[in-house]
Amino acid sequence: MISSSDTSGLPSRRRFYLAGIYGLWALMGAALAAPAALYLLIPPRRSRKEEWMEVGDIGALAVGQPEEMSFQRVRKDGWKLIAEKTTAWVLRRSESELVAYTPMCTHLGCAYHWDEKNGNFLCPCHMSAFSSDGKVLSGPAPRALDRYLVKIEGTKLFVGGVKPGEQVS
Amino acid sequence: MVRRILDWLDHRTGLETAVKEFMLEEIPASSGWPQVFGSMAMFFFLLQAVTGLLLSFNYAPTPGEAYKSLRYIMAEVTGGRIIRGLHHWGASMMIVVVALHMAQVAIWGAYKKPREATWMAGVALLLITLGFGLTGYLLPWDNRAYWGTVVATQIAAKSPGIGDYLTRLLASADGIGVVTFARFYAMHVMLLPAAMAGTILLHVVLVRRHGVTPAPGDTAPKKKFYPGQVFQDTVAIFVGFCILMTLAITVQAPLEKLADPTDISYIPRPEWYFLWLFQMLKLFEGPMEVVGTHIIPGLAVGLLILLPFIDRKKVARLSDRKMAMAVLLLVATGLGGLTTAAIRSTPPSASGMSAELDGAAWQSLEPSELAGLSHFRKQNCMTCHAVGSQGGKLGPDLLQMPRKRSIGELVEFFRNPQQSRPGTNMPPVALASRQLNDLAAFVLKLDAASAEALLETPKVVAEGAVVYQDNRCNMCHVLNGAGKKLGPSLNGVGRKRTRAWLLEHFVNPQKLSPGSTMPPYRLPDRDLASLTDYLMALE
Ligand code: FES
Repeated sequence: MISSSDTSGLPSRRRFYLAGIYGLWALMGAALAAPAALYLLIPPRRSRKEEWMEVGDIGALAVGQPEEMSFQRVRKDGWKLIAEKTTAWVLRRSESELVAYTPMCTHLGCAYHWDEKNGNFLCPCHMSAFSSDGKVLSGPAPRALDRYLVKIEGTKLFVGGVKPGEQVS
Repeated sequence: MVRRILDWLDHRTGLETAVKEFMLEEIPASSGWPQVFGSMAMFFFLLQAVTGLLLSFNYAPTPGEAYKSLRYIMAEVTGGRIIRGLHHWGASMMIVVVALHMAQVAIWGAYKKPREATWMAGVALLLITLGFGLTGYLLPWDNRAYWGTVVATQIAAKSPGIGDYLTRLLASADGIGVVTFARFYAMHVMLLPAAMAGTILLHVVLVRRHGVTPAPGDTAPKKKFYPGQVFQDTVAIFVGFCILMTLAITVQAPLEKLADPTDISYIPRPEWYFLWLFQMLKLFEGPMEVVGTHIIPGLAVGLLILLPFIDRKKVARLSDRKMAMAVLLLVATGLGGLTTAAIRSTPPSASGMSAELDGAAWQSLEPSELAGLSHFRKQNCMTCHAVGSQGGKLGPDLLQMPRKRSIGELVEFFRNPQQSRPGTNMPPVALASRQLNDLAAFVLKLDAASAEALLETPKVVAEGAVVYQDNRCNMCHVLNGAGKKLGPSLNGVGRKRTRAWLLEHFVNPQKLSPGSTMPPYRLPDRDLASLTDYLMALE
């Protein structure tokens, strides 16, 4: 990059210098960039496993009638363990089948609600509508509602990790 | 194509021309390897800036949180250990390189007219570098950080004339708190970097203005900075970088326990480059202390700044600078000697790691267990029971008990052996419940590895522990991890206090530590003596 007006040394020695300078700086750059990139881009190791969280009693839940249930979730936030309130839309679809949706619209994350009249979920932000089985009926939402993994013990509902909804084709 | 973009850029900004001018600067033909340290110092400063920035992306600058977030960086963030390692050891690297740079300039006499201002800016850079070390020391908020900074702020508070103001500036009047922390952090990441950048700029401009000092008698035609010297600088930087990387990867940067202001047993040690000062303080006591804390360091800095005016002779060839080299050697030996003395006097337990390994076996016992040992002896348990090769044969060997019992079970058993194990010929142990608890705790502590050593515990120590238990000292004090933290931890009080002090303190706590909430204890002389002996012997 710097012009060859420099007259110091023989051409071969000069070539050696240049190779040394660019080579060593490239090496150091790489040796620094690698840990820096890992540091910034790789998610931190989690010492905590995903756990089942108790949502509440579902004994009184009627078939076909979704209900928003709130529960405590314990979550790792950076170096902190925090307990926060969160909710799930829980729907008993038949005696044996139960789903729990995460409370955020899959479009841009607004809170949706159950529209009694039309029998579907409706997001007021940009009017995405979801059927009771979570499928997108209309609006800009890109995928079906996300679901929690569920586990039932007696009449108690537990939820685990989140399974993203299916993309709208 | 690249050429055209560069030309376009150069026309608009003059960037390429400026870089060329900088790189093609003429330097004396005699310069070479000895002149690489300035560039190295610059490199390591920039590296500190980069790694510091990376750390700050995951660091919460408030006490407590600081510690947790740093532990998170070290344990959970990918590559976090290396980044912290680079920053931690990089600080040491920087000190080394800056010292080498100054030594080279001093030996070559490069500070002489007309380069006095360059030298003085250089001394300022040294002080700023030390300032980085001092302020950064607090930021991990572990015990080492906390107690090290306590010492530093106390020294600042004793500065003749300005101590009060410094204390206010550092917000350290009531000890190290959140405000002190905020100030150290602000200095470390705002004030000092700005001061450093400005002073480096000044320093480099001055170096360029006067040129690199030629060796005396060097009349050869000048050469260009690039590529010869740049190559040498690069190689030197590369070597330094490799050393630093190796350190960062192989030696974990220290992170001790969370800062504990009640842990008076902690012996603070400064970073290695301040150890000579730390050692020198020991030479001056009482009213002379200020000599060690302020006068000598102040004089040293003053002499350093004024060096170009003290040594005003013309630049001379190296072989004529015997005097300069002798002085430098003397200073280096002095610093080295003090540092070595400080390192050799470091108690091995100061690391907090090997506490269990030194000293007698009883040192690791909690007071309850130690008191249990005393009961164990007074009840003559070993008349019937064997403990390994010692003791009687009537009862079972206590090292051979078939299964570990809980303290509760054992206490039940001591109280009424017949009920727990019908047919046994063990008599009930006539002690109060709390004492039975302690006895059980001790018996459970017996194992083949330590039993013999435990039984050698001095009588007075075990009796001291009984007094400790009887007076429920553990309701306010922690000792070997047991007890409440209302009052200071008692491990290592013996290093801080004298026996007389402790004795008097029991009788009248408020007189010796004003504001203390400890009630006075008027114990029988014998009890007081054994309790004090016990505490004094504790590590
Ligand atoms: S956020 Fe729900 S529709 Fe946009």
